[in-house]
Amino acid sequence: MLNYFKNLGLGSVTVLKSMGVAWRHLFTRSVTLQYPTEKWTMPERSRARLFNKIEDCIGCGQCVRACPTNCITIKTEKRGKDEPEIFASDGTAIKLRTLTYDIDMALCCYCGLCTFSCPTHCLTMTGEYEYSVYDKDEHIYHFAEDKLATSKAPKEKVEIA
Amino acid sequence: MESIARLLQFIPRYDALPGIVRALLPVLVSCVVIFAALAIAVLFAVWLERKVSAHIQDRLGPMYVGGWHGWAQTLADALKLLLKEDIVPASADRLLYKMAPFIVFLGAFAAFVVVPFGASSFVSDLNIGVLYIVAVGSLSVIGIIMAGWASNNKYSLYGGMRAAAQIISYEIPSTIAIMTVIIPVGSLSMVDIVNAQKGGIQHWFLFRNPFIFLAFIVYFIASLAEVNRTPFDIPEAESELVAGYHTEYSGMRFAFFFLAEYANMFLVASVATTLFLGGWTQIIPASIVPQLVPGPILFFLKVLVIIFLQMWLRWSLPRLRVDQLMYLSWKVLLPISLVLVLSVGWLAVYW
Repeated sequence: MLNYFKNLGLGSVTVLKSMGVAWRHLFTRSVTLQYPTEKWTMPERSRARLFNKIEDCIGCGQCVRACPTNCITIKTEKRGKDEPEIFASDGTAIKLRTLTYDIDMALCCYCGLCTFSCPTHCLTMTGEYEYSVYDKDEHIYHFAEDKLATSKAPKEKVEIA
Repeated sequence: MESIARLLQFIPRYDALPGIVRALLPVLVSCVVIFAALAIAVLFAVWLERKVSAHIQDRLGPMYVGGWHGWAQTLADALKLLLKEDIVPASADRLLYKMAPFIVFLGAFAAFVVVPFGASSFVSDLNIGVLYIVAVGSLSVIGIIMAGWASNNKYSLYGGMRAAAQIISYEIPSTIAIMTVIIPVGSLSMVDIVNAQKGGIQHWFLFRNPFIFLAFIVYFIASLAEVNRTPFDIPEAESELVAGYHTEYSGMRFAFFFLAEYANMFLVASVATTLFLGGWTQIIPASIVPQLVPGPILFFLKVLVIIFLQMWLRWSLPRLRVDQLMYLSWKVLLPISLVLVLSVGWLAVYW
């Protein structure tokens, strides 16, 4: 009989305790982030979409060899002897014309190995992470297309399909 | 209904209408009014439930639909349910299956006939009001068993059986707890019960004597079980029974179960308000502060407080096991309510 009342008291106290916990949480700040309107600030060195500053690319192909998923396709040709010498922004002479520089972001595993191997630091990973598309082919980013036509791409212009 | 009948007098040439129309029109109009009020209240309660549950779990809940804190979310959900296909399982008992949601809702809806929302805003003042509510309120058990049986699904049937066992068990302590109020009033009429509590918070039965205060707690716990809410939601225990008795339902019939669940919440909350919290009467005595807030609004506020309490409990307690449920009903609430009703009776006779 005493046990019965003890249980009853314990039950009531624990119910009140749990209600207290719920009450406290009712007024704590919600952790929800209203995603499309609010966004996390990405960390400084976050690894998301790749970007190649094509004017600095010397077409060495180190990135292709570093890539574990073979998502980079690169095609180059030798520049003619009579063409004027051009240099990447760190002073490296550009001896090859990069005809194609395609990155298939659908294959990319975001390891960042290509960016470490890049001798002119033109291949970087940006913090941009919202680039979902309806067609898988749209994930292939062409960085070198208009270099074919003009031999020197206008600055910062990257064709994003 | 009297006030509605008086309003209808303003219709031009109302007296020229046939007698049967004049007899039925007030009934119909009050039905529509109560149904509309109930539907809006339920939409609001569902939104509130989602908000309260979200904030207790440190979330935000619906935030987009309608602009301000997702106020139109439940409206959108209801519209979506209206457009959904009404599926009847191939081997279901078609007639029972189709009837069940309406019978469940009927139990909650019909009971509102005797609830006094304000000094003159009630449909009918039955002299057996409380008895009527207890009787009609338990109609929903039949609907729930019908739904469980007609679905021809083991989870539905389990849910229906559990609901029946639970609701019938908890009806006893809740009715006995109600009796503690009826003894001092000496009437079963809801209007008389409210009138007995007029004149401010100290006249409410909740604070008038400690036995009735305990009876309120007993009634509140038992009413939680009667409306199948957590911690007593084993009839629809989603981790065991999919969704219990309404597993097979879809579209508007499912919406009716949902409507009935929340209408039942409102019903038990309004009964608790009427019996223990003074119904539509003022909180502060009229001699101190003039009575500015209209009765129905006050009534609704008191109901909301109880509804919030139900939600608060729902999101702080885990579900009870079946044996714990029966233990609580038969070994705890029933003896306590019997002791309380005897004590109140003793006070009424010898005080």
